[in-house]
Amino acid sequence: MTEQNTQPVKATREGFGAAVAELAKNDRKIIVLSADLSPSLKVDNIRINLSGQFIECGVAEQNMIGVAAGLALSGKIPIATSFAEFLTGRAWEQIRLDVCYNNVNVKLAGSHAGLATGEDGATHQILEDVALMRSLPNMTIFSPCDFNEAYKVTVEAMKIKGPVYIRLTRPKTLIITPNGGPFVVGKMSVIKEGRGVIVLGTGPVLSEAVKAVNGLEEKQEEIGIYSVHTIKPLDKEKIVELAKGAKAIITIEDHQLIGGLGSAVAEVLADNGISAPLRRLGVDDSFGESGTYLELWKKHGLDSASVQATIKEFLI
Amino acid sequence: MNPFDYSAEQLEKEANALRRTVIKMIVGAGSGHPAGALGMADIVSVLYFKILNHNPTDPKKEDRDRVILSNGHVCPLLYAALASAGYFPKEELAGFRKLGNKLQGHPSRADFDLIEASSGSLGHGLSVACGMALAAQQEQQTHKIWCLMSDAEHQEGSLWEAAMFAAKYKLKNLKVIVDVNNIQLSGDVDQVMPLDLLKERYENFGWQVAEVDGHNIEGLLTKIEQANNFTNGPFVVLAKTISGKGVSFMEGKWQWHGKAPTAEESRKALEELS
Repeated sequence: MTEQNTQPVKATREGFGAAVAELAKNDRKIIVLSADLSPSLKVDNIRINLSGQFIECGVAEQNMIGVAAGLALSGKIPIATSFAEFLTGRAWEQIRLDVCYNNVNVKLAGSHAGLATGEDGATHQILEDVALMRSLPNMTIFSPCDFNEAYKVTVEAMKIKGPVYIRLTRPKTLIITPNGGPFVVGKMSVIKEGRGVIVLGTGPVLSEAVKAVNGLEEKQEEIGIYSVHTIKPLDKEKIVELAKGAKAIITIEDHQLIGGLGSAVAEVLADNGISAPLRRLGVDDSFGESGTYLELWKKHGLDSASVQATIKEFLI
Repeated sequence: MNPFDYSAEQLEKEANALRRTVIKMIVGAGSGHPAGALGMADIVSVLYFKILNHNPTDPKKEDRDRVILSNGHVCPLLYAALASAGYFPKEELAGFRKLGNKLQGHPSRADFDLIEASSGSLGHGLSVACGMALAAQQEQQTHKIWCLMSDAEHQEGSLWEAAMFAAKYKLKNLKVIVDVNNIQLSGDVDQVMPLDLLKERYENFGWQVAEVDGHNIEGLLTKIEQANNFTNGPFVVLAKTISGKGVSFMEGKWQWHGKAPTAEESRKALEELS
Protein backbone atom coordinates (compact mmCIF):
# COMPACT_ATOMS: atom_id res chain seq x y z
CA MET A 1 0.00 0.00 0.00
CA THR A 2 1.07 3.55 -0.67
CA GLU A 3 2.67 5.41 2.16
CA GLN A 4 -0.08 7.17 4.05
CA ASN A 5 -0.51 10.56 5.49
CA THR A 6 -2.15 10.15 8.83
CA GLN A 7 -3.50 13.67 8.99
CA PRO A 8 -5.86 15.35 6.52
CA VAL A 9 -3.80 17.64 4.33
CA LYS A 10 -5.54 18.73 1.18
CA ALA A 11 -9.00 18.76 -0.37
CA THR A 12 -9.95 17.29 -3.72
CA ARG A 13 -11.17 20.72 -4.80
CA GLU A 14 -7.64 21.97 -4.26
CA GLY A 15 -6.31 19.27 -6.57
CA PHE A 16 -8.80 20.40 -9.18
CA GLY A 17 -7.85 24.07 -8.77
CA ALA A 18 -4.12 23.30 -8.98
CA ALA A 19 -4.62 21.33 -12.21
CA VAL A 20 -6.84 23.99 -13.79
CA ALA A 21 -4.24 26.66 -13.01
CA GLU A 22 -1.61 24.67 -14.90
CA LEU A 23 -3.86 23.67 -17.80
CA ALA A 24 -5.39 27.10 -18.39
CA LYS A 25 -1.97 28.73 -18.59
CA ASN A 26 -1.09 26.54 -21.53
CA ASP A 27 -4.39 26.54 -23.40
CA ARG A 28 -6.21 29.79 -23.92
CA LYS A 29 -9.27 27.92 -25.20
CA ILE A 30 -9.98 26.95 -21.59
CA ILE A 31 -12.58 29.25 -20.04
CA VAL A 32 -13.47 28.94 -16.36
CA LEU A 33 -17.07 29.84 -15.55
CA SER A 34 -18.01 30.78 -12.01
CA ALA A 35 -21.38 31.09 -10.30
CA ASP A 36 -20.09 33.28 -7.47
CA LEU A 37 -18.08 30.44 -5.96
CA SER A 38 -14.64 30.82 -7.49
CA PRO A 39 -12.87 30.94 -4.10
CA SER A 40 -14.65 27.72 -3.03
CA LEU A 41 -13.74 25.95 -6.26
CA LYS A 42 -10.13 27.07 -5.88
CA VAL A 43 -10.12 28.82 -9.24
CA ASP A 44 -9.68 32.36 -7.96
CA ASN A 45 -6.16 32.28 -9.36
CA ILE A 46 -7.71 32.16 -12.84
CA ARG A 47 -9.90 35.18 -12.04
CA ILE A 48 -6.85 37.11 -10.86
CA ASN A 49 -4.09 35.93 -13.17
CA LEU A 50 -5.90 34.86 -16.34
CA SER A 51 -8.90 37.19 -16.29
CA GLY A 52 -9.45 36.77 -20.04
CA GLN A 53 -10.20 33.11 -19.39
CA PHE A 54 -12.56 33.71 -16.49
CA ILE A 55 -16.27 34.47 -16.79
CA GLU A 56 -18.31 35.35 -13.72
CA CYS A 57 -21.94 34.29 -14.24
CA GLY A 58 -23.32 35.31 -10.87
CA VAL A 59 -25.68 33.12 -8.86
CA ALA A 60 -27.35 31.81 -12.01
CA GLU A 61 -26.28 28.23 -12.66
CA GLN A 62 -28.82 27.38 -15.35
CA ASN A 63 -27.61 30.21 -17.55
CA MET A 64 -24.01 29.31 -16.80
CA ILE A 65 -24.53 25.84 -18.26
CA GLY A 66 -26.19 27.22 -21.39
CA VAL A 67 -23.37 29.73 -21.81
CA ALA A 68 -20.84 26.92 -21.39
CA ALA A 69 -22.58 24.94 -24.14
CA GLY A 70 -22.52 27.98 -26.44
CA LEU A 71 -18.83 28.52 -25.76
CA ALA A 72 -18.10 24.85 -26.49
CA LEU A 73 -20.10 25.02 -29.72
CA SER A 74 -17.75 27.88 -30.66
CA GLY A 75 -14.56 25.90 -30.02
CA LYS A 76 -13.81 26.94 -26.44
CA ILE A 77 -13.24 24.47 -23.61
CA PRO A 78 -15.46 25.74 -20.79
CA ILE A 79 -15.23 24.50 -17.21
CA ALA A 80 -18.43 25.36 -15.36
CA THR A 81 -17.89 25.43 -11.61
CA SER A 82 -20.22 25.58 -8.64
CA PHE A 83 -21.30 23.54 -5.66
CA ALA A 84 -22.38 20.11 -6.88
CA GLU A 85 -25.88 20.75 -5.53
CA PHE A 86 -26.50 23.85 -7.60
CA LEU A 87 -24.69 22.54 -10.65
CA THR A 88 -26.09 19.04 -11.06
CA GLY A 89 -29.32 19.66 -9.20
CA ARG A 90 -30.56 23.06 -10.21
CA ALA A 91 -29.15 23.02 -13.73
CA TRP A 92 -29.78 19.34 -14.50
CA GLU A 93 -32.02 20.01 -17.46
CA GLN A 94 -29.52 22.40 -19.03
CA ILE A 95 -26.86 19.73 -18.52
CA ARG A 96 -29.11 17.16 -20.17
CA LEU A 97 -30.17 19.21 -23.17
CA ASP A 98 -27.52 21.85 -23.78
CA VAL A 99 -24.48 19.79 -22.80
CA CYS A 100 -25.25 16.08 -23.19
CA TYR A 101 -27.78 16.11 -26.05
CA ASN A 102 -25.61 18.54 -28.01
CA ASN A 103 -22.67 16.36 -26.88
CA VAL A 104 -20.40 19.34 -26.42
CA ASN A 105 -17.02 19.71 -24.80
CA VAL A 106 -18.14 21.12 -21.46
CA LYS A 107 -16.50 20.23 -18.16
CA LEU A 108 -18.57 20.45 -15.00
CA ALA A 109 -16.84 20.73 -11.66
CA GLY A 110 -19.09 20.38 -8.62
CA SER A 111 -17.60 20.82 -5.21
CA HIS A 112 -19.03 20.32 -1.71
CA ALA A 113 -20.51 16.97 -2.65
CA GLY A 114 -21.70 14.60 0.04
CA LEU A 115 -21.84 14.61 3.81
CA ALA A 116 -18.20 15.70 3.64
CA THR A 117 -19.53 19.24 3.29
CA GLY A 118 -20.24 19.10 7.01
CA GLU A 119 -21.55 22.04 8.99
CA ASP A 120 -23.48 23.74 6.17
CA GLY A 121 -26.08 21.01 6.46
CA ALA A 122 -28.39 19.12 4.15
CA THR A 123 -29.13 21.89 1.64
CA HIS A 124 -25.48 21.94 0.62
CA GLN A 125 -24.65 18.24 0.98
CA ILE A 126 -25.82 16.82 -2.30
CA LEU A 127 -26.08 13.04 -2.09
CA GLU A 128 -27.78 12.52 -5.45
CA ASP A 129 -25.40 14.07 -7.99
CA VAL A 130 -23.86 10.81 -9.19
CA ALA A 131 -27.33 9.36 -9.73
CA LEU A 132 -28.35 12.47 -11.65
CA MET A 133 -25.26 12.51 -13.86
CA ARG A 134 -24.98 8.74 -14.31
CA SER A 135 -28.30 8.54 -16.13
CA LEU A 136 -27.22 11.02 -18.81
CA PRO A 137 -25.95 9.73 -22.18
CA ASN A 138 -22.51 11.00 -23.29
CA MET A 139 -21.49 11.90 -19.73
CA THR A 140 -18.20 10.84 -18.14
CA ILE A 141 -18.10 10.98 -14.32
CA PHE A 142 -14.99 11.33 -12.19
CA SER A 143 -15.06 11.11 -8.41
CA PRO A 144 -11.50 11.40 -7.10
CA CYS A 145 -10.58 10.10 -3.64
CA ASP A 146 -7.86 12.60 -2.77
CA PHE A 147 -5.90 15.65 -3.87
CA ASN A 148 -3.58 13.70 -6.15
CA GLU A 149 -6.36 11.85 -7.88
CA ALA A 150 -8.34 15.07 -8.28
CA TYR A 151 -5.35 16.60 -10.05
CA LYS A 152 -5.08 13.60 -12.37
CA VAL A 153 -8.76 13.38 -13.27
CA THR A 154 -8.81 17.09 -14.07
CA VAL A 155 -5.89 16.67 -16.46
CA GLU A 156 -7.60 13.65 -18.06
CA ALA A 157 -10.97 15.42 -18.24
CA MET A 158 -9.47 18.06 -20.50
CA LYS A 159 -8.28 15.37 -22.92
CA ILE A 160 -11.81 14.02 -23.33
CA LYS A 161 -13.82 15.70 -26.08
CA GLY A 162 -17.27 15.67 -24.53
CA PRO A 163 -19.21 16.24 -21.33
CA VAL A 164 -17.43 15.43 -18.07
CA TYR A 165 -18.57 15.81 -14.48
CA ILE A 166 -15.94 16.01 -11.73
CA ARG A 167 -17.24 15.42 -8.22
CA LEU A 168 -15.25 17.36 -5.62
CA THR A 169 -15.35 17.78 -1.88
CA ARG A 170 -14.83 20.52 0.68
CA PRO A 171 -12.67 19.30 3.59
CA LYS A 172 -9.01 18.54 3.66
CA THR A 173 -8.75 14.77 3.67
CA LEU A 174 -6.10 12.08 3.66
CA ILE A 175 -3.84 11.44 0.70
CA ILE A 176 -4.15 7.77 -0.22
CA THR A 177 -2.86 7.72 -3.80
CA PRO A 178 0.61 8.62 -5.10
CA ASN A 179 1.53 11.91 -6.66
CA GLY A 180 2.06 10.83 -10.29
CA GLY A 181 2.22 7.18 -11.23
CA PRO A 182 -0.16 5.18 -13.38
CA PHE A 183 -3.67 6.47 -13.91
CA VAL A 184 -6.08 5.30 -16.58
CA VAL A 185 -9.52 6.75 -17.21
CA GLY A 186 -12.15 4.07 -16.72
CA LYS A 187 -9.79 1.70 -14.90
CA MET A 188 -10.01 1.51 -11.13
CA SER A 189 -6.82 2.37 -9.25
CA VAL A 190 -5.42 -0.22 -6.87
CA ILE A 191 -4.97 1.20 -3.40
CA LYS A 192 -4.14 -2.20 -1.95
CA GLU A 193 -3.90 -5.59 -3.63
CA GLY A 194 -5.74 -8.51 -2.10
CA ARG A 195 -8.17 -11.29 -3.00
CA GLY A 196 -10.97 -12.11 -0.62
CA VAL A 197 -12.91 -9.11 0.48
CA ILE A 198 -12.91 -6.44 -2.21
CA VAL A 199 -13.58 -2.84 -1.21
CA LEU A 200 -14.64 -0.57 -4.06
CA GLY A 201 -14.87 3.04 -2.99
CA THR A 202 -15.15 6.48 -4.46
CA GLY A 203 -14.32 9.91 -3.11
CA PRO A 204 -12.42 10.80 0.07
CA VAL A 205 -14.64 8.52 2.18
CA LEU A 206 -12.53 5.72 0.71
CA SER A 207 -9.83 6.82 3.16
CA GLU A 208 -12.01 5.42 5.95
CA ALA A 209 -11.74 1.99 4.33
CA VAL A 210 -7.97 2.38 4.16
CA LYS A 211 -7.86 3.27 7.85
CA ALA A 212 -10.14 0.35 8.61
CA VAL A 213 -7.85 -2.13 6.88
CA ASN A 214 -4.69 -0.64 8.36
CA GLY A 215 -6.24 -1.11 11.77
CA LEU A 216 -6.91 -4.82 11.25
CA GLU A 217 -4.68 -7.07 13.30
CA GLU A 218 -4.84 -9.99 10.90
CA LYS A 219 -5.79 -11.04 7.39
CA GLN A 220 -4.96 -7.66 5.87
CA GLU A 221 -3.60 -9.56 2.87
CA GLU A 222 -7.11 -10.88 2.13
CA ILE A 223 -8.47 -7.44 1.42
CA GLY A 224 -8.24 -5.53 -1.82
CA ILE A 225 -9.04 -1.82 -1.99
CA TYR A 226 -9.78 0.05 -5.20
CA SER A 227 -10.54 3.67 -5.97
CA VAL A 228 -13.35 3.96 -8.48
CA HIS A 229 -12.33 7.39 -9.72
CA THR A 230 -14.27 6.89 -12.95
CA ILE A 231 -17.89 6.06 -12.15
CA LYS A 232 -18.91 6.30 -15.77
CA PRO A 233 -17.75 4.49 -17.81
CA LEU A 234 -17.41 1.97 -14.99
CA ASP A 235 -14.56 -0.56 -14.99
CA LYS A 236 -16.98 -3.45 -15.47
CA GLU A 237 -14.39 -5.92 -16.64
CA LYS A 238 -12.26 -5.56 -13.54
CA ILE A 239 -15.26 -5.65 -11.23
CA VAL A 240 -16.39 -8.94 -12.78
CA GLU A 241 -12.87 -10.37 -12.54
CA LEU A 242 -12.50 -9.37 -8.88
CA ALA A 243 -15.98 -10.51 -7.92
CA LYS A 244 -15.51 -14.02 -9.25
CA GLY A 245 -14.36 -15.97 -6.24
CA ALA A 246 -14.44 -13.02 -3.86
CA LYS A 247 -15.79 -13.58 -0.35
CA ALA A 248 -17.62 -10.32 -0.64
CA ILE A 249 -17.73 -7.00 -2.44
CA ILE A 250 -18.13 -3.91 -0.26
CA THR A 251 -18.84 -0.55 -1.86
CA ILE A 252 -18.39 2.73 -0.02
CA GLU A 253 -19.51 6.18 -1.12
CA ASP A 254 -20.59 9.48 0.38
CA HIS A 255 -23.80 9.43 -1.67
CA GLN A 256 -27.27 7.92 -1.64
CA LEU A 257 -27.33 4.14 -1.96
CA ILE A 258 -29.93 4.70 -4.65
CA GLY A 259 -28.26 5.44 -7.95
CA GLY A 260 -24.65 5.78 -6.88
CA LEU A 261 -21.54 3.60 -7.09
CA GLY A 262 -23.11 0.76 -5.11
CA SER A 263 -26.06 0.69 -7.48
CA ALA A 264 -23.75 0.68 -10.46
CA VAL A 265 -21.71 -2.22 -9.06
CA ALA A 266 -24.90 -4.16 -8.23
CA GLU A 267 -25.98 -3.75 -11.84
CA VAL A 268 -22.67 -5.16 -13.08
CA LEU A 269 -22.87 -8.15 -10.77
CA ALA A 270 -26.50 -8.86 -11.63
CA ASP A 271 -25.95 -8.41 -15.37
CA ASN A 272 -23.11 -10.91 -15.25
CA GLY A 273 -24.84 -13.47 -13.03
CA ILE A 274 -22.32 -13.10 -10.22
CA SER A 275 -23.71 -13.99 -6.85
CA ALA A 276 -20.89 -12.78 -4.60
CA PRO A 277 -22.24 -11.15 -1.45
CA LEU A 278 -22.51 -7.39 -1.93
CA ARG A 279 -22.62 -4.89 0.91
CA ARG A 280 -23.27 -1.30 -0.07
CA LEU A 281 -22.20 1.43 2.35
CA GLY A 282 -23.64 4.88 1.76
CA VAL A 283 -26.53 7.06 2.78
CA ASP A 284 -29.74 5.08 3.04
CA ASP A 285 -32.49 7.23 1.58
CA SER A 286 -32.13 10.16 3.93
CA PHE A 287 -30.87 13.74 3.93
CA GLY A 288 -27.75 14.92 5.69
CA GLU A 289 -27.55 17.51 8.50
CA SER A 290 -25.08 19.82 10.20
CA GLY A 291 -22.07 18.35 11.97
CA THR A 292 -18.43 17.67 11.29
CA TYR A 293 -17.96 15.41 8.33
CA LEU A 294 -16.37 12.74 10.50
CA GLU A 295 -19.39 12.78 12.80
CA LEU A 296 -21.67 12.50 9.80
CA TRP A 297 -19.71 9.66 8.23
CA LYS A 298 -19.88 7.85 11.58
CA LYS A 299 -23.62 8.38 11.89
CA HIS A 300 -24.15 6.84 8.46
CA GLY A 301 -21.79 3.92 9.01
CA LEU A 302 -19.07 5.26 6.76
CA ASP A 303 -16.33 5.75 9.38
CA SER A 304 -13.36 3.42 9.67
CA ALA A 305 -14.77 1.52 12.67
CA SER A 306 -18.02 0.75 10.86
CA VAL A 307 -16.21 -0.24 7.70
CA GLN A 308 -13.87 -2.46 9.69
CA ALA A 309 -16.80 -4.20 11.34
CA THR A 310 -18.35 -4.85 7.95
CA ILE A 311 -15.10 -6.26 6.58
CA LYS A 312 -14.71 -8.55 9.59
CA GLU A 313 -18.15 -10.05 8.98
CA PHE A 314 -16.87 -11.47 5.72
CA LEU A 315 -13.34 -12.42 6.78
CA ILE A 316 -14.47 -15.30 8.97
CA MET B 1 -23.35 38.48 -47.04
CA ASN B 2 -26.77 37.19 -47.98
CA PRO B 3 -26.73 35.29 -51.28
CA PHE B 4 -30.44 35.86 -52.00
CA ASP B 5 -30.93 39.56 -51.32
CA TYR B 6 -34.66 39.34 -52.08
CA SER B 7 -36.87 42.37 -52.58
CA ALA B 8 -39.71 43.04 -50.13
CA GLU B 9 -42.14 41.55 -52.61
CA GLN B 10 -40.06 38.39 -53.02
CA LEU B 11 -39.72 38.08 -49.24
CA GLU B 12 -43.47 38.22 -48.81
CA LYS B 13 -43.95 35.55 -51.47
CA GLU B 14 -41.28 33.42 -49.86
CA ALA B 15 -42.97 33.74 -46.45
CA ASN B 16 -46.21 32.48 -47.92
CA ALA B 17 -44.43 29.59 -49.62
CA LEU B 18 -42.86 28.68 -46.28
CA ARG B 19 -46.32 28.70 -44.68
CA ARG B 20 -47.61 26.27 -47.29
CA THR B 21 -44.63 24.00 -46.71
CA VAL B 22 -45.19 24.12 -42.95
CA ILE B 23 -48.83 23.05 -43.33
CA LYS B 24 -47.87 20.17 -45.61
CA MET B 25 -45.14 19.00 -43.23
CA ILE B 26 -47.39 19.06 -40.18
CA VAL B 27 -50.21 17.29 -42.00
CA GLY B 28 -47.72 14.73 -43.30
CA ALA B 29 -46.41 14.12 -39.80
CA GLY B 30 -49.85 14.07 -38.24
CA SER B 31 -48.58 16.31 -35.45
CA GLY B 32 -46.66 19.53 -34.89
CA HIS B 33 -47.06 23.19 -34.03
CA PRO B 34 -48.63 25.27 -36.81
CA ALA B 35 -49.61 28.52 -35.03
CA GLY B 36 -46.16 29.87 -34.14
CA ALA B 37 -44.59 28.62 -37.36
CA LEU B 38 -47.12 30.45 -39.53
CA GLY B 39 -46.78 33.54 -37.36
CA MET B 40 -42.99 33.71 -37.69
CA ALA B 41 -42.83 33.04 -41.44
CA ASP B 42 -42.26 36.70 -42.39
CA ILE B 43 -39.47 37.04 -39.82
CA VAL B 44 -37.73 33.87 -40.99
CA SER B 45 -38.11 34.85 -44.64
CA VAL B 46 -36.51 38.24 -43.98
CA LEU B 47 -33.66 36.61 -42.08
CA TYR B 48 -32.74 33.83 -44.47
CA PHE B 49 -33.39 35.62 -47.74
CA LYS B 50 -32.14 39.11 -46.94
CA ILE B 51 -30.30 39.64 -43.67
CA LEU B 52 -28.29 36.58 -42.61
CA ASN B 53 -24.72 36.11 -43.65
CA HIS B 54 -24.91 32.50 -44.82
CA ASN B 55 -24.18 30.36 -47.82
CA PRO B 56 -26.00 27.11 -48.63
CA THR B 57 -23.05 25.98 -50.79
CA ASP B 58 -20.69 26.46 -47.82
CA PRO B 59 -22.95 25.67 -44.87
CA LYS B 60 -20.24 25.52 -42.22
CA LYS B 61 -18.32 28.62 -43.21
CA GLU B 62 -16.58 30.10 -40.21
CA ASP B 63 -18.12 33.56 -40.35
CA ARG B 64 -21.71 32.42 -40.91
CA ASP B 65 -24.40 33.96 -38.77
CA ARG B 66 -25.73 31.42 -36.27
CA VAL B 67 -29.45 30.92 -35.74
CA ILE B 68 -30.67 29.46 -32.46
CA LEU B 69 -34.35 28.59 -32.56
CA SER B 70 -35.11 28.73 -28.86
CA ASN B 71 -38.81 28.10 -29.40
CA GLY B 72 -37.86 24.85 -31.07
CA HIS B 73 -41.43 23.68 -31.61
CA VAL B 74 -41.76 25.97 -34.64
CA CYS B 75 -38.94 24.03 -36.34
CA PRO B 76 -40.91 23.01 -39.46
CA LEU B 77 -40.55 26.67 -40.43
CA LEU B 78 -36.78 26.50 -39.96
CA TYR B 79 -36.55 23.24 -41.93
CA ALA B 80 -38.70 24.73 -44.69
CA ALA B 81 -36.46 27.80 -44.90
CA LEU B 82 -33.27 25.72 -44.99
CA ALA B 83 -34.68 23.54 -47.78
CA SER B 84 -35.95 26.53 -49.71
CA ALA B 85 -32.51 28.16 -49.42
CA GLY B 86 -31.01 25.01 -50.91
CA TYR B 87 -29.35 23.42 -47.89
CA PHE B 88 -31.06 20.11 -48.64
CA PRO B 89 -33.63 18.76 -51.13
CA LYS B 90 -37.21 19.80 -50.47
CA GLU B 91 -38.34 16.19 -50.91
CA GLU B 92 -36.63 15.40 -47.61
CA LEU B 93 -39.08 17.63 -45.75
CA ALA B 94 -41.52 14.71 -45.87
CA GLY B 95 -39.39 12.97 -43.26
CA PHE B 96 -40.40 15.49 -40.59
CA ARG B 97 -41.09 13.76 -37.25
CA LYS B 98 -40.49 10.30 -38.74
CA LEU B 99 -38.35 7.61 -37.12
CA GLY B 100 -34.66 7.91 -37.89
CA ASN B 101 -35.07 11.22 -39.71
CA LYS B 102 -32.84 14.26 -39.30
CA LEU B 103 -35.91 16.49 -39.13
CA GLN B 104 -36.81 15.71 -35.54
CA GLY B 105 -39.94 17.01 -33.83
CA HIS B 106 -37.74 19.57 -32.13
CA PRO B 107 -34.36 20.65 -33.56
CA SER B 108 -31.66 18.09 -32.85
CA ARG B 109 -28.01 18.79 -33.50
CA ALA B 110 -27.31 15.12 -32.89
CA ASP B 111 -29.43 14.22 -35.92
CA PHE B 112 -28.92 17.23 -38.18
CA ASP B 113 -25.61 19.07 -38.30
CA LEU B 114 -27.10 22.28 -39.69
CA ILE B 115 -28.80 22.79 -36.33
CA GLU B 116 -26.47 25.06 -34.35
CA ALA B 117 -27.88 23.91 -31.00
CA SER B 118 -30.66 21.53 -30.03
CA SER B 119 -33.73 23.17 -28.61
CA GLY B 120 -37.26 22.40 -27.58
CA SER B 121 -37.25 22.90 -23.86
CA LEU B 122 -38.17 26.56 -23.57
CA GLY B 123 -35.86 29.22 -22.21
CA HIS B 124 -32.59 27.47 -23.10
CA GLY B 125 -31.71 29.16 -26.37
CA LEU B 126 -30.74 32.57 -25.07
CA SER B 127 -28.11 31.17 -22.72
CA VAL B 128 -26.52 29.09 -25.48
CA ALA B 129 -26.64 32.12 -27.79
CA CYS B 130 -24.93 34.17 -25.06
CA GLY B 131 -22.11 31.64 -24.93
CA MET B 132 -21.69 31.79 -28.70
CA ALA B 133 -21.82 35.59 -28.70
CA LEU B 134 -19.26 35.73 -25.89
CA ALA B 135 -16.90 33.44 -27.82
CA ALA B 136 -17.32 35.58 -30.95
CA GLN B 137 -16.65 38.73 -28.95
CA GLN B 138 -13.55 37.25 -27.33
CA GLU B 139 -12.19 36.27 -30.73
CA GLN B 140 -13.21 39.59 -32.29
CA GLN B 141 -15.33 37.82 -34.86
CA THR B 142 -18.05 39.70 -36.69
CA HIS B 143 -20.71 37.05 -37.23
CA LYS B 144 -24.00 37.45 -35.41
CA ILE B 145 -25.90 35.05 -33.17
CA TRP B 146 -29.61 35.30 -33.94
CA CYS B 147 -31.75 33.89 -31.16
CA LEU B 148 -35.42 33.46 -32.01
CA MET B 149 -37.77 33.16 -29.06
CA SER B 150 -41.46 33.11 -28.28
CA ASP B 151 -43.14 35.51 -25.90
CA ALA B 152 -44.45 32.76 -23.63
CA GLU B 153 -41.01 31.31 -23.07
CA HIS B 154 -40.21 34.50 -21.17
CA GLN B 155 -42.10 32.81 -18.33
CA GLU B 156 -38.99 30.64 -17.84
CA GLY B 157 -36.79 32.13 -15.14
CA SER B 158 -33.44 31.11 -16.60
CA LEU B 159 -34.13 33.27 -19.64
CA TRP B 160 -33.83 36.32 -17.41
CA GLU B 161 -30.53 35.02 -16.05
CA ALA B 162 -29.36 35.07 -19.65
CA ALA B 163 -30.78 38.57 -20.18
CA MET B 164 -28.68 39.81 -17.24
CA PHE B 165 -25.62 38.04 -18.56
CA ALA B 166 -25.93 39.49 -22.07
CA ALA B 167 -26.18 43.00 -20.67
CA LYS B 168 -23.26 42.58 -18.28
CA TYR B 169 -20.95 41.43 -21.04
CA LYS B 170 -22.40 43.86 -23.62
CA LEU B 171 -22.78 41.03 -26.12
CA LYS B 172 -22.82 43.04 -29.31
CA ASN B 173 -23.01 39.97 -31.59
CA LEU B 174 -26.23 38.86 -29.92
CA LYS B 175 -29.46 39.65 -31.79
CA VAL B 176 -32.79 38.46 -30.48
CA ILE B 177 -36.16 38.40 -32.19
CA VAL B 178 -39.19 37.64 -30.04
CA ASP B 179 -42.39 36.37 -31.59
CA VAL B 180 -45.00 38.27 -29.59
CA ASN B 181 -48.18 36.42 -30.52
CA ASN B 182 -49.88 36.26 -27.12
CA ILE B 183 -50.70 32.57 -27.33
CA GLN B 184 -49.27 29.50 -25.67
CA LEU B 185 -50.19 25.85 -25.30
CA SER B 186 -53.11 26.14 -22.93
CA GLY B 187 -54.42 29.66 -23.49
CA ASP B 188 -53.64 33.28 -24.23
CA VAL B 189 -50.41 34.49 -22.67
CA ASP B 190 -52.14 37.30 -20.80
CA GLN B 191 -54.43 34.73 -19.20
CA VAL B 192 -51.88 32.00 -18.48
CA MET B 193 -49.16 34.31 -17.13
CA PRO B 194 -49.11 37.91 -18.32
CA LEU B 195 -45.94 39.24 -19.98
CA ASP B 196 -46.90 42.83 -20.58
CA LEU B 197 -44.24 45.54 -20.58
CA LEU B 198 -41.78 43.22 -22.30
CA LYS B 199 -40.15 46.28 -23.87
CA GLU B 200 -39.67 47.94 -20.49
CA ARG B 201 -38.44 44.72 -18.95
CA TYR B 202 -35.69 44.37 -21.55
CA GLU B 203 -34.81 48.06 -21.31
CA ASN B 204 -34.52 47.76 -17.56
CA PHE B 205 -32.20 44.81 -18.04
CA GLY B 206 -29.95 47.07 -20.13
CA TRP B 207 -30.90 45.96 -23.63
CA GLN B 208 -31.57 47.97 -26.77
CA VAL B 209 -35.16 47.30 -27.83
CA ALA B 210 -37.15 47.84 -31.03
CA GLU B 211 -40.79 47.01 -31.64
CA VAL B 212 -42.23 46.09 -35.00
CA ASP B 213 -45.25 44.60 -36.73
CA GLY B 214 -44.00 41.09 -37.45
CA HIS B 215 -45.91 40.89 -40.73
CA ASN B 216 -44.78 44.20 -42.20
CA ILE B 217 -41.84 43.26 -44.43
CA GLU B 218 -40.53 46.81 -44.79
CA GLY B 219 -40.77 47.35 -41.04
CA LEU B 220 -39.04 44.04 -40.33
CA LEU B 221 -36.26 44.89 -42.76
CA THR B 222 -35.67 48.23 -41.07
CA LYS B 223 -35.71 46.99 -37.49
CA ILE B 224 -33.77 43.79 -38.10
CA GLU B 225 -31.16 45.73 -40.07
CA GLN B 226 -30.98 48.18 -37.17
CA ALA B 227 -30.39 45.25 -34.81
CA ASN B 228 -27.78 43.84 -37.17
CA ASN B 229 -25.81 47.07 -37.17
CA PHE B 230 -26.00 47.82 -33.46
CA THR B 231 -22.62 47.47 -31.79
CA ASN B 232 -23.14 48.57 -28.23
CA GLY B 233 -24.61 45.49 -26.53
CA PRO B 234 -27.46 43.05 -27.01
CA PHE B 235 -30.42 44.02 -29.19
CA VAL B 236 -33.92 42.61 -29.11
CA VAL B 237 -36.65 43.08 -31.72
CA LEU B 238 -40.11 42.51 -30.30
CA ALA B 239 -42.15 41.46 -33.33
CA LYS B 240 -45.89 41.54 -32.80
CA THR B 241 -47.42 38.74 -34.81
CA ILE B 242 -50.69 36.94 -35.36
CA SER B 243 -50.38 33.27 -34.58
CA GLY B 244 -51.56 31.06 -37.44
CA LYS B 245 -51.11 34.03 -39.81
CA GLY B 246 -52.62 33.48 -43.24
CA VAL B 247 -55.08 30.77 -42.26
CA SER B 248 -58.35 32.38 -41.18
CA PHE B 249 -59.52 29.66 -38.85
CA MET B 250 -56.15 29.44 -37.09
CA GLU B 251 -55.36 33.14 -36.67
CA GLY B 252 -55.07 34.27 -33.06
CA LYS B 253 -56.29 30.96 -31.67
CA TRP B 254 -54.15 29.29 -29.01
CA GLN B 255 -55.89 26.01 -29.77
CA TRP B 256 -53.63 25.74 -32.84
CA HIS B 257 -50.43 25.97 -30.82
CA GLY B 258 -49.74 22.26 -31.11
CA LYS B 259 -52.38 20.64 -33.24
CA ALA B 260 -52.16 19.26 -36.78
CA PRO B 261 -54.94 20.19 -39.19
CA THR B 262 -57.09 17.44 -40.64
CA ALA B 263 -56.90 16.71 -44.37
CA GLU B 264 -59.93 18.91 -44.96
CA GLU B 265 -58.59 21.73 -42.79
CA SER B 266 -55.24 21.60 -44.52
CA ARG B 267 -56.91 21.77 -47.94
CA LYS B 268 -58.67 24.95 -46.81
CA ALA B 269 -55.48 26.31 -45.28
CA LEU B 270 -53.45 25.73 -48.44
CA GLU B 271 -56.18 27.34 -50.50
CA GLU B 272 -56.04 30.46 -48.36
CA LEU B 273 -52.26 30.51 -48.56
CA SER B 274 -52.10 30.16 -52.32
